[in-house]
Amino acid sequence: MTEFLQSLIRGLGSGSIYALLALGFVIIYKSTRVISFAQPAFMLAGAVLVSYLAADIGFFAAVPVAAVLIAVLALGVERTVLRPMIGKPVFVVAIITIGVDVVVRVVTNAFIGLDVRQVGDPWGLSTVTLLGVEVQQRYLVMFGTTVAVVAVLFAFFRFSRVGLAMRAVAYDQEVALAQGISVGSVFALSWAIAGGLAALAGVFVATGAGVDQQLWVIALKALPAIILGGLDSLGGAVVGGLAVGVVESLVGTYQGDVAPWLGPNFALVAPYVLMLVVLLVRPYGLFGSKEVERL
Amino acid sequence: MKGRPELYTSYAQDMAFLNTRPKRTWTGALVVVALLVPFAITDDLLMLLATGFVAAIGAIGLNIVTGYAGQVSLGHAFFLAIGAYTGAALSGDPDGRVLGFGVTSLPVWLLASGLVAGLAGLVVAPIAARLRGLYLAIVTLGLVFLGEHVFREWTSLTGGPGVGRPAAVPELFGVRLDRPSEFFSGPQQLYLLMFVLLVIFAVLARNLVRSRIGRAFAAVRDRDLAAAVIGVDLTRYKALAFAVSSFYAGVAGSLLFVVNGFFDPGSFGLLLSVQYIAMVLIGGAGTISGAIMGALFITLLPRITRELPTVLPFISADATGAVTVFQVEAVLYGLLIVVFLIVEPRGLFGIWVRVRNYWRTWPFSY
Repeated sequence: MTEFLQSLIRGLGSGSIYALLALGFVIIYKSTRVISFAQPAFMLAGAVLVSYLAADIGFFAAVPVAAVLIAVLALGVERTVLRPMIGKPVFVVAIITIGVDVVVRVVTNAFIGLDVRQVGDPWGLSTVTLLGVEVQQRYLVMFGTTVAVVAVLFAFFRFSRVGLAMRAVAYDQEVALAQGISVGSVFALSWAIAGGLAALAGVFVATGAGVDQQLWVIALKALPAIILGGLDSLGGAVVGGLAVGVVESLVGTYQGDVAPWLGPNFALVAPYVLMLVVLLVRPYGLFGSKEVERL
Repeated sequence: MKGRPELYTSYAQDMAFLNTRPKRTWTGALVVVALLVPFAITDDLLMLLATGFVAAIGAIGLNIVTGYAGQVSLGHAFFLAIGAYTGAALSGDPDGRVLGFGVTSLPVWLLASGLVAGLAGLVVAPIAARLRGLYLAIVTLGLVFLGEHVFREWTSLTGGPGVGRPAAVPELFGVRLDRPSEFFSGPQQLYLLMFVLLVIFAVLARNLVRSRIGRAFAAVRDRDLAAAVIGVDLTRYKALAFAVSSFYAGVAGSLLFVVNGFFDPGSFGLLLSVQYIAMVLIGGAGTISGAIMGALFITLLPRITRELPTVLPFISADATGAVTVFQVEAVLYGLLIVVFLIVEPRGLFGIWVRVRNYWRTWPFSY
């Protein structure tokens, strides 16, 4: 039981990282109908930025500063690279974001070097005993922060004027434009939000383990998460992210005993199997809206 | 019709394999030049071009499913891997360290690789036919990750990560093509082999897409619901597109590492899939010649960026300087894709069309 609970909390912790990343993907998708493959690079850049800033201004000040700076970077990318591509086929735009990802990542790698950089977080690998179960503090922090961020985001979309504008654009761009909403700034804002979320996720990945050049691979796990939840559902992204984290962690804990023939490291691909199974039943994910087809 | 080459009097004439006179002339000239090239340039460039030709076969395959049938697949690396391992296992040494059956005849393992990969495509197709757009793209991406896992763990076939296994043995009628013969060097023979295969598969693909099946693909791409209304069986044609595309991928995969002679399971990752998608999009989606141009461009790109240190002295040629050639290579790779697609979303083929139209009416610009 203890092993199960530990595994579950570990899963929720890493799942909240995937949820933050998935939210970024979904926010960009909802407003621009494009999947941004540049998220891994923003995540890496956020973690690296914190590892440099933390030495001067402390970890807790560095995280929001880095998130804002990465948000500005993402906004800049949107304005310069993505804006000319509005109305072009989505896959051409998706390949462009891969190009952006490569460029940002190579530049960021130059700041990492060959060693592992520490982000200077206060938790490290230390543990705390919660209801008789020993868990790592960082997983609790990740989960708690993600819950708070998600609550703020949902409140923002639900109650603020800008949030309303973003929902309107997601619903119908032309109608939103006719109501006096600047669709362009909504695009820019969604990239900025996604960038900030990715930076935060990057910091969480780096707590305990540090930043190295392979950190970005984690961001790809958000892809099964968004498909699982449905591409255009914010709630689905959160649920999908947590589900991917928990499944990965539980499979990692028990698969060695139950099904060793699947080979070690099967946990890493388990989210994709989960995604395939869910899609067989529901082709638009758990919460995604079914496309209305007209001739 | 002698004096009026662009007057078409029948549908068959319009849909002909090479439907204009300049196309016939220039394609012929290009083939002759390509056949003469191996006697003019160095062996390492020949090997690179041979790899480019193989990549072109794979890119044509991806173009059939993505460019013609409109089903975006990020899973091409998975099918390339299946082809590569089928070819390598069939032609491998039966007493070797890894699985091998000793069937070294090239046509046999080439077709077998294609068929096995095509079968895998058929298995995936029913799932793929239910999905559209980005859902499909990410599911096929999942296929790549699953495949990577399987090939990493199946060490008796693949040799395991970081170790690898020998690639397929190119033996045609008892002659080893990768070894120098009386008249040609090994790279020259491989170059000619790959070129001939590329021509064969390009002609086959061109014939497929101008047939009834190709028109059905295009209808599915343009609007699948409308295609269904006029009587195109969606599931069947989507499955067919996946099967044909995977067949091409299998053939290309089995040849891809023949030039190097060795490969390991780490080669078939997300990056390979993205490269093939980039070949199709940079070349021009929905054109055979575009896929070939894109494949050659992406294959030659690292070589071109590697020449940069001689032109720009501040770039260090080894891994020690502040700005190394590897970083420049990676950044340029990304930047070229971005700039290219912003400037010309139709790719190299689009540029070619513009150049052609300019000269067609030259010196009048209207």
